[in-house]
Amino acid sequence: MEDILTQAKKVAEEAEVFMVSSEEIPVQFEANRLKHIQSKQSRSLALRIVRQGKVGYSATTELGDSQRLVNNAVETAQFGMLAKFEFPSPASYPLVEVFDSNVESVSIEEMIKLGEELVAVVRGHTPEIVCEAAITKSITSARIINSRGGQANYRISTFSLGIEGSLIRDTDMLFVGETQFSCHPILESKAVSETVIQQLELAKNRASVPSQLLPVVFTPYGVASALISPLMVAFNGKTVLEGASPIGNRIGQHVFDKKLRIWDDPTIAYRPRSRPCDDEGIPSQCTPLIEQGVVANFIYDLQTAALAHTRSTGNGSRGRGGLPAPSHSAFVIAPGGTSFDEMVGDMKEGLIIEQLMGAEQGNILGGDFSGNVLLGYKVESGKIVGRVKDTMVSGNVYQILKQITAIGSDARWVGSFVKSPSLYCPSLSVASKG
Amino acid sequence: MIHIEAVGRQLAEAIKGYGNDYIEAHLEQSQTSHITYRGRELESVSQTTTSGGNVRALVRGGWGFVSFNNLDELPAKVELALKQARFVGNEESKLAPVEPVVDIVPSEMDRNPVNIPLAEKKKLLDEYNAIIWNTPKIQTSIISYGDSHKKCIFTNSLGSYIEQERADINLRLTAIVTDGTEVQQVGLSLGSRGDFSLIQGLHQQVEQMSQRAVELLSAPQVKGGEYTVVLDPVLAGVFVHEAFGHLSEADFVYENDRLREIMVLGRKFGSAELNIVDSAAIPGLRGSYKYDDEGVPATKTYLIQEGKLVGRLHSRETAARMKEKPTGNARAINYRYPPIVRMTNTYIEPGSISFEDMISDIEEGVYAKNWYGGMTSMEMFTFSAGEAYMIRHGKLAETLRPVVLTGNVFATLNNIDAIGSDLEMNQGGGCGKGAQVPLSVSNGSPHIRIRHCLVGGR
Repeated sequence: MEDILTQAKKVAEEAEVFMVSSEEIPVQFEANRLKHIQSKQSRSLALRIVRQGKVGYSATTELGDSQRLVNNAVETAQFGMLAKFEFPSPASYPLVEVFDSNVESVSIEEMIKLGEELVAVVRGHTPEIVCEAAITKSITSARIINSRGGQANYRISTFSLGIEGSLIRDTDMLFVGETQFSCHPILESKAVSETVIQQLELAKNRASVPSQLLPVVFTPYGVASALISPLMVAFNGKTVLEGASPIGNRIGQHVFDKKLRIWDDPTIAYRPRSRPCDDEGIPSQCTPLIEQGVVANFIYDLQTAALAHTRSTGNGSRGRGGLPAPSHSAFVIAPGGTSFDEMVGDMKEGLIIEQLMGAEQGNILGGDFSGNVLLGYKVESGKIVGRVKDTMVSGNVYQILKQITAIGSDARWVGSFVKSPSLYCPSLSVASKG
Repeated sequence: MIHIEAVGRQLAEAIKGYGNDYIEAHLEQSQTSHITYRGRELESVSQTTTSGGNVRALVRGGWGFVSFNNLDELPAKVELALKQARFVGNEESKLAPVEPVVDIVPSEMDRNPVNIPLAEKKKLLDEYNAIIWNTPKIQTSIISYGDSHKKCIFTNSLGSYIEQERADINLRLTAIVTDGTEVQQVGLSLGSRGDFSLIQGLHQQVEQMSQRAVELLSAPQVKGGEYTVVLDPVLAGVFVHEAFGHLSEADFVYENDRLREIMVLGRKFGSAELNIVDSAAIPGLRGSYKYDDEGVPATKTYLIQEGKLVGRLHSRETAARMKEKPTGNARAINYRYPPIVRMTNTYIEPGSISFEDMISDIEEGVYAKNWYGGMTSMEMFTFSAGEAYMIRHGKLAETLRPVVLTGNVFATLNNIDAIGSDLEMNQGGGCGKGAQVPLSVSNGSPHIRIRHCLVGGR
């Protein structure tokens, strides 16, 4: 890496080398049985330069061919945008614990046993369900050095345990599932199987909903599948800079319900999306996005921040191996004080949305969403009476989050990225075939 | 760059001598370039070189798989894949037999798109961006251009050795407009098998796209409910891909007894006019190839013929387990993943009705055009149109905000009651399944009419 930096400094004013390598081992079950064991080893090297004031970028997996890497970066720099930023000088990084060596030592046999347990427990509840399960462990190492002497390196361990089940009765299909992530090994499968069994219980009976406005509870999973995408785009500094964010000029204003607090946090210990610094070597920080309903901050990388005359929030991310761009680390919504049961109990007639399919296809920028309720339940007189089908909901995230009836005390992680409680909203447009 | 043909020969040696256990290996070397615009200016430009490979082993019905960028110590990788497979296997391996193939398939393009000077690519994108920025009420533009050239080597323990090259270009343009309170966007997706000239000269299309975004600002949202819906060829192509194509992928079906009952060959899915095909064997489309990633030659497969289910898409394993013929549909997005059953070029065959006749007896309906996205859960699907209009009294009426359509596959295929004569293939976009996204595919259809389709709205 140092050699490449030296080579690049000969042809460019500034340079930065980023290397990431990882090994991921998934153990996969298909149709209730162990089917695949994999080992995915990868490494790649990226070079970013500033040459005649402009940004050039290239990447390779062929670590021996540094000349080509440098030449490609120089070629792209002819057309690159003007660099408005400086690479960071040596910095001190917060202590963010994301590595547990116990992940490495979990044996394949233990991983297989976890999968067998999961499948057995879920099928013990519903014998005709067909399950796919995956147990994955991985170790990722990242290192970054730049021509201003800045450097950082860290390792992340990740473990995940998940199951998806499909239950088919004639042409009626039900899909259930849950996956948990941690930087620690997850050696207990009970929490995952219990969630799936609860979904199966609630979906046992069928219920129909009328096509009209109804009160709705989004479960944590429902929040993640319906409401998060438009917010992520709107709080991204790049969208704001372009003037395309509906909240871009509303910092300090009450745009959301007073109960709502959301932040971006890459510093939570042992979460797979945490890290001591971002992909540009900027120290990680917790960034409040919404405080008591007020728009508080947007997220930035170096270049976007410079263009917006502000500072990077440590959200530079390289996505699929490209140039860094602002990207959320973990999206955390603060819990409220109302239990899920209290929310359900409060509804005379309403809908619980656990999973919405296709919500992200609409006009995300404007906050519109519309989707098929893949998993959702009907509430009558304060009780869940059954699963709804052939039902579509449409709404606007900004209208929904302006007036929330209650925020749940049940905040939990959904996947690796979102932590959310249930949200209880007074009305949403529902279209259904009944 | 690494000489991967030499590595390919080493790998072909390394997988020999393991008796009856099946081993296959893939190697891949690709060059890509990407150019993006956000707003008036070019935002990023990058060039990437990737080389990597994998070894996949099948022992007593269990699979092991090792993928890597480091091309050294190949025999150890073969051993690891075998060791993993032995961990899993506890039954009989089943793979549909195919003849070993030794073949070298050159790229169809004489001009590798990656080698076209960046300056030439930038000039074209600058022109398109200028058109978008000439639109009144424009807020911003997003342009994403990517091209790639890939050399792939496949070898297996049965003696196959295949080198294939392919090039790919994709371009997505988005215009975002605002009137101060509302934000609307319209996008255009284009793609080709590496032929740069196919994305040139589209200035008029880009202008129309930008104008449409402005119209949407004042367009009403459709009232949610059931409508008779007419889909244009692009959206109908997405529909056939999402709503039916995924269901015909045998890996969903082969170990699921209930799904096998539903997807039993001969079952009636639609009217006698409905024919659905998947074919990688048509040359020059984004889903085309000569051999799939298991070395099986591409075929043309009828999925639905005269309204009845007559076939499905297979890998060697699913074909053997269902006692059907392999169709050459095992594809991996890259060397980091094992091949799985995927679509290629999927389309509804043309009928005989004109668009005018199709809408002439619709009292109130929706004409939905252009792709925005789509998803399926096998039974239920949703897909969204980038453009939509009301149909009133047999004629196109007001422009609508983009609509989302949803439904049950089985009911909806039965509700197709008119198929147009104007088949068009759409080359934009890509398909996702599991983590493997976006895979190059194309899909197509003539205009089709669907009765009782659920449309989301206010």
